[in-house]
Amino acid sequence: MSSFAAIVEYGFREAVRRKVFAVVVLLTAVFLVLFWLANHFVFDQLGNITPPRDINVDTRTFAGAFLTGLAMFATLFLGVVLAVFLTIGVVSGDAERGLLQPLVVRPVGRSTLLLSRFAGAAGVCVAYVLTVYVAAMVITGLTGHWWPDRIMWPGLELAGGVVIVIALSLLGSIVLSSTANGIAVFMLFGGGLVAGLLASIGHALNSHAIKHASTIAAWALPFEGLYQDALRMITASTSGLTGFLLQLGPFGGAYVHGWTIRIWALAYLVAVGAVALFAFRRKNL
Amino acid sequence: MPVALAVHGLAKRYGSVEALKGVDLVVDEGELVGLLGPNGAGKSTLVKIAVGLVRPSSGGAEVAGARAGSRAARASLGYLAELFRFPGWYTADEVLVLHQRLSGSRGGAAERRRLLELVALEDAAGRRVEGMSKGMQQRLGVAQALVGEPRILLLDEPTSALDPVGRRTVRLLLEELRGRGVSVLLNSHLLSEIELVCDRVAILLGGELVAAGTPAELSRPRGIELETDEGVRRIAGAVRADAPRIVAEAVAAGRQVYGVRVLTSTLEDTYLEAVGGETD
Repeated sequence: MSSFAAIVEYGFREAVRRKVFAVVVLLTAVFLVLFWLANHFVFDQLGNITPPRDINVDTRTFAGAFLTGLAMFATLFLGVVLAVFLTIGVVSGDAERGLLQPLVVRPVGRSTLLLSRFAGAAGVCVAYVLTVYVAAMVITGLTGHWWPDRIMWPGLELAGGVVIVIALSLLGSIVLSSTANGIAVFMLFGGGLVAGLLASIGHALNSHAIKHASTIAAWALPFEGLYQDALRMITASTSGLTGFLLQLGPFGGAYVHGWTIRIWALAYLVAVGAVALFAFRRKNL
Repeated sequence: MPVALAVHGLAKRYGSVEALKGVDLVVDEGELVGLLGPNGAGKSTLVKIAVGLVRPSSGGAEVAGARAGSRAARASLGYLAELFRFPGWYTADEVLVLHQRLSGSRGGAAERRRLLELVALEDAAGRRVEGMSKGMQQRLGVAQALVGEPRILLLDEPTSALDPVGRRTVRLLLEELRGRGVSVLLNSHLLSEIELVCDRVAILLGGELVAAGTPAELSRPRGIELETDEGVRRIAGAVRADAPRIVAEAVAAGRQVYGVRVLTSTLEDTYLEAVGGETD
């Protein structure tokens, strides 16, 4: 247990020492200030927005959910950036630099080493994602007097999505160089985003083939499925035309949802972790 | 008690390259063995298999009776990689604390202080690695390898970045460790260093063990050098036992004898013979 904690602490110190951490913190501060400004102007002008008389849309809910959805995308994106830069070189990169060998030859066990590096990165990223999510939610809540229908689930699902990206990045770091791994993980993340956009297009065009393709992509990359479920949760109790419009809104789709995707995401995480442990045990350093 | 390191029929293939072709080697308790060979001879691969960083293709290695790479084997060894680095933001003391925690050492601050003294870094305990010279980092690496009082130390080019004073510090340290019964496998290009401290030498070439023995066993007689009033004369083929006769004959012939020296090959000569003059 002491060696596990030692490696977690090692990874944590490495994470907060990196320049990318400072850059992400700075970008986050800029984002939150801009987000507050956006909330301020949108809700200030809310009284001037008048939907047609025969259309019953709750403008406050629409604006609040719209802004929160955008904030969730930014939170996921920044969380993924942080996750990728903290983990792209954990195995191959550190081995090339000679940082890994002195640790691996200790009687710690490669599995413990990898799991503790995962725990360290996940601890930093989950704390970061939850902090930004809560901050954005509070900004919208205090500025526009609108709160999501579900408060914590969306944040936890965003954090879960980032944890899956961490696992994929750690697996990639075993078989790929740092640069190749960074490119690969960002391409996977981009693929997930495209899946969400495809879902919106598919639903707008009522194309079964596009919807089917986007659903498969969201399940194959469950961080996207969790993101879609998180989007759905912020307006889970919103019905009528407002709810319908929000489904078509700028979120990039919220069509994969429910406990099935959550359980699948957990199983996916375990499977990626098992493959990573197997590969790391066999890797020549 | 099992030997410190036993390697049997060890082979390693990287794709089409055979790095090791069935090497047998034993390092006994308290023995200091030098591993020599040109670049690409398989020295680092052998050491990496012994410490569990690389998996052998066939054959095996045991450290203190445990399969190389197993937890028990890793608990018995200390290792300094040829290319290693510690996080720049750690102080020397923090590096040792980390390795104490990973190795389960209970030596505490006293062990850290003693190790830093051993490598002449006692004044740099609070200095960050990023502020240390390469030589200081190398000595810290040696101290790190000694955390937890390992039974065997595997050092891959431990003095490559050291100045002559640093090399002497490490050499004295190795001699002290031998005195304490710690076994050492020393992989180095510095023949003079190996000749000075090692009990036995093993020479690898192309993944095969081409020579092994004590420095004395590996040396060859190269004649006798006689210094007289006529100058210095070398008598090829003569051995130590011939010296009294050669001196007597010179005196009988009316020569003034100023000195006589039995010539043997140096480790460098033996090494170059073994590797066929092959250089890096």
